[in-house]
Amino acid sequence: MTFPASGEAAVPAWRRVRSVSGFDLGAVLSVVLAALALAPLAYLVWRTLEGGESALAALVRPRTRELVIRSVLLAGAVASTSAVIGLALAWLTERVDLSGRRLLAVLFALPLAVPSYLTAYALVAVFGPRGVLAGALERAFGFERLPEFYGFFGAWFTLTLVTYPYAYLSVRAALRGVDPTLEDAARLLGHGRFCTFLRVTLPLLRPGIVSGMLLSALYTLADFGAIAILRYPTLTYSIYNQYRLSFDRSAAAALALLLVAISAMLVVAERRWRRRAAFYRLVGVARSQPRGRPRWWAWGVLAIGLALVGTALGAPAGIAAYWLWRARMLGEALPSVSEPLVHSLVVGIGAATLTVSAGFLVARTIVRTGGRMASALDLPLWISYALPGIVLALALVSLTAQFLPFLYQTLALLFVGYLLRFLPEAVGTLRSVLLQQNPRLEEAARTLGMRPWRAWLRVQLPLALPGFGSAFALVFLTTVKELPVTLLLSPIGFPTLATTIWNATAEAYWSHAALPTLLLLSIGVVPMGFFNWWQERTLGEGRG
Amino acid sequence: MESVAVRLSGVSKRYPGSPRPAVHDLTLEVRSRELLAVLGHSGCGKTTTLRLIAGLERPDAGTIEVGGRVVASPTRFVPPEARGVGLVFQDYALFPHLTVEENIAFGLRTWSRTERARRVEELLTLTGLTAYRARYPHQLSGGQQQRVAIARALAPRPTVLLLDEPFANLDAELRQRMREELRRLLHDAGVTVVLVTHDRDEALSLADRVAVMLEGTVVQVDTPERVYHEPKTRDVARLLGQASFVPARVWGGVGRSDLGSFALAGAQATADQVELLLRPRDVVLEPHPEGLGVVVDRRFVGAETVYRVLLRCGITVETSQPPSVDLAVGERVEVRCNRARLAAFAGSERVGLAELLERHQEQERPHGVPPEPLPSRAPGP
Repeated sequence: MTFPASGEAAVPAWRRVRSVSGFDLGAVLSVVLAALALAPLAYLVWRTLEGGESALAALVRPRTRELVIRSVLLAGAVASTSAVIGLALAWLTERVDLSGRRLLAVLFALPLAVPSYLTAYALVAVFGPRGVLAGALERAFGFERLPEFYGFFGAWFTLTLVTYPYAYLSVRAALRGVDPTLEDAARLLGHGRFCTFLRVTLPLLRPGIVSGMLLSALYTLADFGAIAILRYPTLTYSIYNQYRLSFDRSAAAALALLLVAISAMLVVAERRWRRRAAFYRLVGVARSQPRGRPRWWAWGVLAIGLALVGTALGAPAGIAAYWLWRARMLGEALPSVSEPLVHSLVVGIGAATLTVSAGFLVARTIVRTGGRMASALDLPLWISYALPGIVLALALVSLTAQFLPFLYQTLALLFVGYLLRFLPEAVGTLRSVLLQQNPRLEEAARTLGMRPWRAWLRVQLPLALPGFGSAFALVFLTTVKELPVTLLLSPIGFPTLATTIWNATAEAYWSHAALPTLLLLSIGVVPMGFFNWWQERTLGEGRG
Repeated sequence: MESVAVRLSGVSKRYPGSPRPAVHDLTLEVRSRELLAVLGHSGCGKTTTLRLIAGLERPDAGTIEVGGRVVASPTRFVPPEARGVGLVFQDYALFPHLTVEENIAFGLRTWSRTERARRVEELLTLTGLTAYRARYPHQLSGGQQQRVAIARALAPRPTVLLLDEPFANLDAELRQRMREELRRLLHDAGVTVVLVTHDRDEALSLADRVAVMLEGTVVQVDTPERVYHEPKTRDVARLLGQASFVPARVWGGVGRSDLGSFALAGAQATADQVELLLRPRDVVLEPHPEGLGVVVDRRFVGAETVYRVLLRCGITVETSQPPSVDLAVGERVEVRCNRARLAAFAGSERVGLAELLERHQEQERPHGVPPEPLPSRAPGP
């Protein structure tokens, strides 16, 4: 899986193809999409400016400063912990000769499929006051003093649990790119294993670690569900409340701009950093990874990894099963879930199809044209990447309510929301797929007498298919589990699994959330697991 | 007597999942301060041999000594960092995140600051990289990268320096220049060197001695001249360059061939049929109406002309002649050997050396009798 942050690569001159006909429909559509991606941001800026003094007042309030500090603190804590966990698990699955290594590699990425609000609910139910653990402790020992789970600790734990796979996947990719002869060289120059790791491997992994940390941090900054449940108000939460509770939209817009600015700063910093690091890369002979025998620490890491996956997946599944069982025992009638299930599937497949198609157009334009055109397209993509879902959704709601009322509360708007939200993800994956393709292959097909579209169909498409599959799975998964955009943009009377769970739990109808939770978990986990397994297999084959 | 820097005895190594051992019962001695080239086809186990000496692989059997110390045996394994062996990797393996200077200083971690600075300075001067000290590897040319790799490996004063295909990643022109430069550099550094290569010109022109490896084991270790002209087996002969084999009949220690008569010195074999190894430069061609050879092909390759000459015995030999020799295809020539001794083979092994006797081709043939007619087409060599 490639995330936008790791799909970065300059377009070499020889790849650039000058359009022969002069008019390229794909390029034109890409520009339109890019412009569309900038619309929410433009609206926020306009709204803030219009708000004038009151917007400014919202920004300089001490409360705002506090929120910023809380957000940044949480994002930093989650990103650092994720990096440590991701590094340890990546090392375990890439460099240690464990039986069942492939299976573990798939398993460790699975928490990515669990929406943060589900994990948050489940963890509150287990660790929170009057939770399962507290109950058990009280029965056994007559006391139930547990550390406070609500607040920073709970939010940190929950978000780490669902975002460490970002670091894990990107460190794994980076580890595969490290030339093992560099480590051999360090050993021959008198460095032991640990010293070699510190002085050679770790510096080479740094870009991968940092891009994983960026993804964790952005997720945390943008997260709405988990922090709301765990009562750790951050900037995102405050934006939502400003919007819901006060009539002053410009204050919400100003706060949203602040959040975007923080996210964008992180993105820019990471890109700068990565660009510098990119020069380090030398062309080396790819050799298979050396795998050592498991040492004492490997078993510890394995146990922690399994515990993390077990908690991230097992807690929501277990709690939902328990709610379901209790409803059964009490003879409670449960609402049908077929409607939300169908809606989720339709929305997921639709959004994935739309986003991957659009992403392909944009990625193709970037790869084929390069130069100024590529960076012109790149910029809006990165900005919308840094735009938290809730900010995007609020901007779209206000924008349509004001200018395009006929779009408001329609399915079309929901799809536009998903498209803008997930386009960067799709472009990131597809671009790296297209960059890996050798244009000489297409040229060879042309000289063998194929028309361009035929050459594309017979040569490029089959080669790009895994990449398309990967992008599709990614967008489908994130769409289905997405909460704020769905919550704010879906038409009235259009429940999805995510919104059903959210509404049921908000009103403490736990049993009503049970079945949707189990369905959402399986919708996410099964394709994700299958896809990961398949990718592991193809990677394994490719490296003998 | 020279001391031995590296000694491998009976070393075997098989990679898991591979049917044949990469290295099999290999025995080799590297003398102190010599430059030994290990020559072999790709996949013959040369690189594995280097990795075994370096400690990057564990031998399945046998012992390895470096500088008189056992570093690998069935009961002992010294890790690479404690062996005092320097290795220059084929792709150099320069640390991309460190500058030239930092790369060279990498192995000097335990040295004092001043010692380290002095050593780095010394190597920068030795390799002529002083101007590039602050650059990163990606900012250097291939030749410069190679010099950094060598400087880095030399810095901690290793007992032995291993070079894995040092010129494989350089283009032809640079290769030639770097070869001379490397020779000078290693000579100045006064270090024992084991160099692995599949390029025979490289091995022959650089090494003090050449170890020829075939299928996981060392077949012959000798000076470049001897492995070239007196190879132990036919395979070694072919590996080292263009080889023609001229058949000869032997009676009581004296042989006869189209190249003349010879005494078979040191012939432990009682073979009555041997073949003499002929290198392209071993014969001189002269136009002669009654010569035993006929030119079947000529090829101009610049500094010399390569002729293929069909001998009376039915064998075609390939020979390089200076530009002064100008022969036409179909021309009859006399083939005169300009070496005193040729290696004689029976079966696949060398059985001895053929001392050529005075030329008496003419006397052998009764006067006036024309030579036997030559077959019109050469049988395949």
